[in-house]
Amino acid sequence: MSGADPVETFRLEAQDLLEQIEQGLLDLAHRPHDRSLIDSVFRGLHTLKGSGAMFGFDALAAFTHHCESAFDRVRKGVTPASADLVAAVLAAQDHMRALAEGRDAPHSVGDALLERLQRAVEEANADAPDAAPVRPVATTWKVRFSLPADALANGAKPLALLDELRELGDCTVAALTDVLPPLEALVPTECHLAWDVRLTTEHPRAAIEDVFIFLIDDMSLEIEALDAPQAQPDAPAEGDPIEDVPAEGVAEVKASRAAETVRVPAERLDELMDRVGELVIAQSRLKQLAAASIEPNLRAVAEEIERLAGELRDTMLVVRMVPIAQMFGRFRRLIHDLARDTGKEIEFSTEGETTELDKTVIERLADPLVHLIRNAADHGLETPGERLAAGKPASGQVVLAARQAGAEVIITITDDGRGVDRARVRAKAEDVGLIAPGAVLNDGELLQLIFHPGFSTAKTITNLSGRGVGMDVVKRTIEGLRGSIEMTSEAGKGSQISLRIPLTLAIIDGLLVRVGTGRYVIPLAAVEECVELSVEQDMRSTGRSLLTLRERLVPFIRLRDLFNTGLAPDPHQKVVVVSTGHERVGLVVDQILGDHQTVIKSLSAVHAAVETFSGATILGDGGVALILDTSHLVAAGQRQDAQLRATG
Amino acid sequence: MDEAQQIDAWQVLTFDLDSETFALEAGLVREVLDLLPETGVPGADPFVGAVINFRGRIIPLADLRMAFDMACAAPTVDSRIVVIEYELDGDPTLIGLRADKVHEVTTVEAADTEEAPRVGLRWRSDFVRRLVRRSGDLIIVPDLSQIFAMRGGATGAVIPLAPT
Repeated sequence: MSGADPVETFRLEAQDLLEQIEQGLLDLAHRPHDRSLIDSVFRGLHTLKGSGAMFGFDALAAFTHHCESAFDRVRKGVTPASADLVAAVLAAQDHMRALAEGRDAPHSVGDALLERLQRAVEEANADAPDAAPVRPVATTWKVRFSLPADALANGAKPLALLDELRELGDCTVAALTDVLPPLEALVPTECHLAWDVRLTTEHPRAAIEDVFIFLIDDMSLEIEALDAPQAQPDAPAEGDPIEDVPAEGVAEVKASRAAETVRVPAERLDELMDRVGELVIAQSRLKQLAAASIEPNLRAVAEEIERLAGELRDTMLVVRMVPIAQMFGRFRRLIHDLARDTGKEIEFSTEGETTELDKTVIERLADPLVHLIRNAADHGLETPGERLAAGKPASGQVVLAARQAGAEVIITITDDGRGVDRARVRAKAEDVGLIAPGAVLNDGELLQLIFHPGFSTAKTITNLSGRGVGMDVVKRTIEGLRGSIEMTSEAGKGSQISLRIPLTLAIIDGLLVRVGTGRYVIPLAAVEECVELSVEQDMRSTGRSLLTLRERLVPFIRLRDLFNTGLAPDPHQKVVVVSTGHERVGLVVDQILGDHQTVIKSLSAVHAAVETFSGATILGDGGVALILDTSHLVAAGQRQDAQLRATG
Repeated sequence: MDEAQQIDAWQVLTFDLDSETFALEAGLVREVLDLLPETGVPGADPFVGAVINFRGRIIPLADLRMAFDMACAAPTVDSRIVVIEYELDGDPTLIGLRADKVHEVTTVEAADTEEAPRVGLRWRSDFVRRLVRRSGDLIIVPDLSQIFAMRGGATGAVIPLAPT
């Protein structure tokens, strides 16, 4: 990574910073007095300006400087974080993104944004409670701070900090040397000193904390008032628009401090996954050779490698899992823009952000979720007027939640809007000829029509949704991820869409079976039980392929016939009973080979029409086993059955 | 076929199938392999009736013999698999092609090639992109796009080849 283009590195960093700023601003819209949010936004802007200038993004640095100045006023409590101000910085933040990405960002746009920001600052100033300037009260504080050992290497300057403290008021500084190591163990570049400062100042506590604002995450800082400040009736508390939330604020900052992470391009991760797959296969071959050998050392090494390869694969799968929070974050901005464009009031909340999914799955989920959230906001939620008329609060709720259930993650999008208008769905479906007029459908079937290609109930086409592409594309994408989509809706109360997504695309548990000479994998999730097909049953069932299983008739499919193996069946055939939706079906195989953890590989386009198989996997000996697609297999079996019956 | 007239010479890999010699643009070829264990795909067109494990990737194995109506033959010591990368439905796809014997990469002058005649061929003329005359012999440049469009994927159904 050391050879990486520094400009590219900056862009990545800028993306993170802009995201941090955006999240902070969006939160600030709800909690305009939260000091830790204001600090977070300010720090983001400050760092962006600094790094931008360092990497030659001068336009970005200059532009960001103005926003930073505006926010510095907020931070100092001179200007309140009004809604207009936050919105102006949010708009400016898009411009910064364009500048950082080197996109075409005309000056005029930037100037207009700055003008808007300036207006917002002035208005906020005017709106601010015209409090008398805070009457200075001199308080003596005891400030004790220490820096992490590597602070000096990272560019912190304790002397500058002390100078800043001195600017606030009279100081007596004492260095604390308690943790200083003995001379022989002392590394001269490390910082082992702590400082004890007695500061008498008229500035509030926040001003002292501000001195340490860029270091506060890594250092320890205690601030304690020595003499209680005299109550000052002339300085009303609301005069200071910023709430001081020291204890919680610091705790929050500490909690959100991420563990040390490394940024890796996604394609390298994919490459690594492929290599690990190849390694596991090569290892299996080695194992076979070792098993045939009498050399004990070879066997020992082969076992060692087997263990390592297995661990490597498990680690690799974990590495690919990322928390869904990354994606959820993006939708907050979407909702913000949707609320602005539709004139609706939308409260957006997310649950279960820590749920983890394979990164490829997350990437492919993003677009469908954008569609669904847009739909919920655009079609689902009513305007504030309609809501009030219906006896609901003016602002609508959209909840995005994720949770893990077994090997699946369930993502739900819930709104408390008007619900699906069944009559309109039906009218529209009849209109475009999806169903015959007056066709009898149950509620589930009616709702399923929404996912049909070419279906859209929006009365007018807005730029948000209603282009007739949407729900069917969503459904296809979800099914492409081996997931499913379901909708429930209650008129007047709202709708909920649930997506069930497998945890990972890469691996499933399967049952390895043999049919003729071929080996196949049946997804274990579909398997209900395995029974033996007795000779009598086999004979008796010829022609009707039904099996009595615990007094219930279960149809079965002879995979040997379906696959035309042309070989004589094994004497003791087994039936693997799988359930597909509502149907239980037995699959007759020659032999059950056992459990198999399957790394799924998709089949190429030339085999796309072969629906019997959903993919393939590489076995321990380097051979290939096809993965059965149980639902399509049942359909194929039924066709065969019908054919048999037709020909008698 | 237009490009063939604009470009003066091609680099091609030649290989034998049955008694005929075929040529593929060398740029398509990724690798030439010894035979590998094959896994049949029940229900697939026999033209692409199997898949192989090509270094951890599962790729289809196509048999041009099927497209050119040639008889199946048992593998010999000379049998090879030519792995090509070819764009199918906009996706670059690795495909293995059976070959009875692989010769060499050679240069073919555009002037030596001609379009496949509409009549008089034993094979579907749209499966042949160009014919190359070479020391009294003919080399077939197959039209892979056409072949894969016609033969890829069909579930079991054998599309009848044009009458000879």
